[in-house]
Amino acid sequence: MQPTHSSNRILLPVRAWFIFLTFIAALFLDMMPFGRLTGLPDFVALTLAFWSVREPFKVGMGVAFMLGIVMDVSAASVMGQHSLAYVLLAFAASGLSRRILWFPLSQQALHILPLLLGAQLLMLAARMMAGAPFPGVLYFLSSFTASALWYPLTYLLLIPQYRATEKDVHRPI
Amino acid sequence: MSVVGQQPPPFFKRGPAPLARLALFLALSLLLLVLDLRFHTLEWSRQAVALLVYPLQRMAYLPVAATDNAGLYFSSLASLQSENAALRRRQLDTANRLLRQEHLELENQRLRALLDMKQRQTVPSRVAEILYSARDPFARRMILDTGAQQGIVTGQIVVDEQGVVGQVTRVFTLLSEVTLITDKDQAVPVQIVRNGLRSVIFGDGAGALELRFLAANADVQVGDLLVTSGLDGIYLAGLPVAKVMKVDRDTTYAFAHILCQPIAGVENHDQVLVLGQGAALPAQPPEPEKAAKPGKGRKGRR
Repeated sequence: MQPTHSSNRILLPVRAWFIFLTFIAALFLDMMPFGRLTGLPDFVALTLAFWSVREPFKVGMGVAFMLGIVMDVSAASVMGQHSLAYVLLAFAASGLSRRILWFPLSQQALHILPLLLGAQLLMLAARMMAGAPFPGVLYFLSSFTASALWYPLTYLLLIPQYRATEKDVHRPI
Repeated sequence: MSVVGQQPPPFFKRGPAPLARLALFLALSLLLLVLDLRFHTLEWSRQAVALLVYPLQRMAYLPVAATDNAGLYFSSLASLQSENAALRRRQLDTANRLLRQEHLELENQRLRALLDMKQRQTVPSRVAEILYSARDPFARRMILDTGAQQGIVTGQIVVDEQGVVGQVTRVFTLLSEVTLITDKDQAVPVQIVRNGLRSVIFGDGAGALELRFLAANADVQVGDLLVTSGLDGIYLAGLPVAKVMKVDRDTTYAFAHILCQPIAGVENHDQVLVLGQGAALPAQPPEPEKAAKPGKGRKGRR
């Protein structure tokens, strides 16, 4: 199938505070005490992948590293575990962003899935090298639910960029 | 390149190349990993970040608390009444023992005084609420809503009304982290009530506990109750820990494979009791030779 670029509209430039706000919201969602629910997506990783694909010049490995540190502390895991995975995730996502954006949303989600799985594999490797038990295959389910959320997430996070600042009836963009 | 002292306008300003940045941040992350896993020297930075993140964490807890409260509000009168009746019945059941306990304690004190033994110390304790179980799929930890500010110290024991739940392993300013006894390699020194056999019980990381290093012919039966032995000076003696579920004596192995089930509702409750630490034990006498018994330490890990 040929890439169509049909998913792209002409968008307003993104605002930095909105990106910041989405990361705060993602952290908030990740800190919600759902307990040991399997298949719960890692919202921070997903949002990070989204902005690295959409705005590779604004959100990159530095942001990923910071978010990783915050996640390490709030998830009570080993320091450096999340930051390692997030940095690589941001690198891969921003490197692939030119390619990914050519595809329709469902195929973008298919591109994101291996990236998220890779990040999870890295965390698994880091922890199992330190002697942690294998948490079961269902551990990887969260990547699948996360990439299933790619479609609604794109629309949700692009809402502020869809609206025109001043409406002009003669220029219908 | 500069032309006659003038910098070119920053049209294509990208900073360092992506690969260079990747290398930098990867090196930083790996450094953090090694420092934390191997040398445990990052606690101060964890404290700082935890304090920064604390408001967000508390806020994230609010919706869940609100739904809990709403559920409580809408729970029917009938269920509350039945629960009330059950609680009253249980209280009557235990009243007998409680009434006698006071008497027994007094008697015990007198006898101990007669025998000139060290008085069994009463320890201060503090009720804490579990905010959430940590989102780390590789370990079994919980976050309590009390921290260093409320006098929580690392190493304190956490119990619920039935038995031992875990141990405080990390203390932040306003929160603390409890490692559950079911966490992999979290060790608790125990004793079988029936025959006084001492051992160390380990979590298996999947919700059960395991008695390791007991000989294949050790006197352990299904249904045996295990309580803390108090030998390490950290766990108080006599707290119920687990019940033996399955004993697998395969003679091809030197040790029996003994699976136990925790007695406390280790993974499901919202309020726990953090027991204070007793007085420090006297210093250990110098050992004449290397201790042959494995697993005597406070914890298997760290």
